[in-house]
Amino acid sequence: MKLPNFPKPLARFVSTLPSWPASRAFAAAGNLLAWPALRELDWSHVAGRRFRVQVSDLGLKLYFTVHANGFRALHNGLADVTFTATAQDFARLALRLEDPDTLFFNRRLLIEGDTNLGLSVKNMLDAVELETAAAGMPAGMGRVVMKLRHLAQR
Amino acid sequence: MPALLELICPAGSLPALKAAVDNGADGVYLGLKDNTNARNFAGLNFDAKSLTEGIRYAHNKGVKVLMALNTYPQPDTVSRWHQAVDTAATSGLDAIILADPGLMAYARKVHPNLRLHLSVQGSATSYEAVNFYRERFGIQRAVLPRVLSLPQVENVVNNTDVEIELFGFGGLCVMVEGRCLLSSYACGDSPNTFGACSPGHAVRWQQTPKGMETRLNGVLIDRYADDEKAGYPTLCKGRFDVQGETYYALEEPTSLNSMEMLPEMARIGIAAIKIEGRQRSPAYVAQVTQVWRAAIDAVKKDQAAFKPNPAWMAQLNKVSEGSMSTLGAYYRPWK
Repeated sequence: MKLPNFPKPLARFVSTLPSWPASRAFAAAGNLLAWPALRELDWSHVAGRRFRVQVSDLGLKLYFTVHANGFRALHNGLADVTFTATAQDFARLALRLEDPDTLFFNRRLLIEGDTNLGLSVKNMLDAVELETAAAGMPAGMGRVVMKLRHLAQR
Repeated sequence: MPALLELICPAGSLPALKAAVDNGADGVYLGLKDNTNARNFAGLNFDAKSLTEGIRYAHNKGVKVLMALNTYPQPDTVSRWHQAVDTAATSGLDAIILADPGLMAYARKVHPNLRLHLSVQGSATSYEAVNFYRERFGIQRAVLPRVLSLPQVENVVNNTDVEIELFGFGGLCVMVEGRCLLSSYACGDSPNTFGACSPGHAVRWQQTPKGMETRLNGVLIDRYADDEKAGYPTLCKGRFDVQGETYYALEEPTSLNSMEMLPEMARIGIAAIKIEGRQRSPAYVAQVTQVWRAAIDAVKKDQAAFKPNPAWMAQLNKVSEGSMSTLGAYYRPWK
């Protein structure tokens, strides 16, 4: 199964949303799903650095920082590093189905700003085992993620 | 029986190591989290805990673990390299991959039972050079630079007892291995001592109305139109203005893919095939290891009938730098 593109009418709707509530929703979801596995990592050199994730096909911009207690949403503004890709490519990266360098060579992933910060976060996330991350997710979400990965792999 | 076409795969993290092991690598190579190896990037590589777990995981499945210590120690920090050799010797690793003769002498003297491989960074291209390292330091395997044609490789193999390992797949550079100072000109750091050609702190990408710009310490090294494939942000792969014309003056971003020469490599007696890419993610390691495992198994089964499967080649091209690949120097009909 190929991960689907984000439906266009829905994308048009999402692009009209302001970024603050979206950033808050992203930070809340990140804290719920991913943080149990990420809290063990050493985020000290990343604390307070401002991240921007731009989902290009949705026109969605997410602003956040990472602290010892998890993700924290930010109002828009300057970012230290910005990652830009489509919703589908971000999903494939998160599911470990795609290599960021491959996407970069194909011009499907752009990292602007502090490259070292972007690279360091990418490598830190790579060092987390997906199975461990899935096991830390609440309410059977981990099983859903692993199932989705399995389906998208075929 | 001597080793033949062992598949040696890169691991920049524990999940990448597991991906290599699970997809059929015979050996994985890795580095520590510092400048003792030539993939010194923030967040990449192994600490004591992940090293122990990685060795345990690989050895449980009969897979060897090699450690790259392939940068050149500097006088004031040489103890870091010595400690890394000691760590390798006491952790149960199968071999260390070295470029610096001083470090080889140390390893030989302090840990005589530790197996030594000569890194590609050692840049030994003749059997005389390989045999010199054998006589002086007892190296048991040499990784040859990617500048020789296969007949030249065969000449080395026929005149040495040292096992010969060749690069099979991955990013290419200008291949002045162990001697390249290009990135020093732009950012003051060279791969031989810092452990990376283009350190992350010096790299900037920016989307501009003219295209995506890549800068190294402020120096514009390339600008990609929207429909152009990109390469790593290294000086050797930049486009430069040379007498009024802008082009890839040193080399184009591309990957090596020697798969179609596997039967010839088997005939010559190549001990191992190396896959480049410790800087890449577990997804790459899984994809590339799987394809090369299938190809090497096919060659071992029937050398004469071997033909690279088009699906394998498409998969490898997809993950290649610049999305294209070359046989490099291996195939060169002229002498």
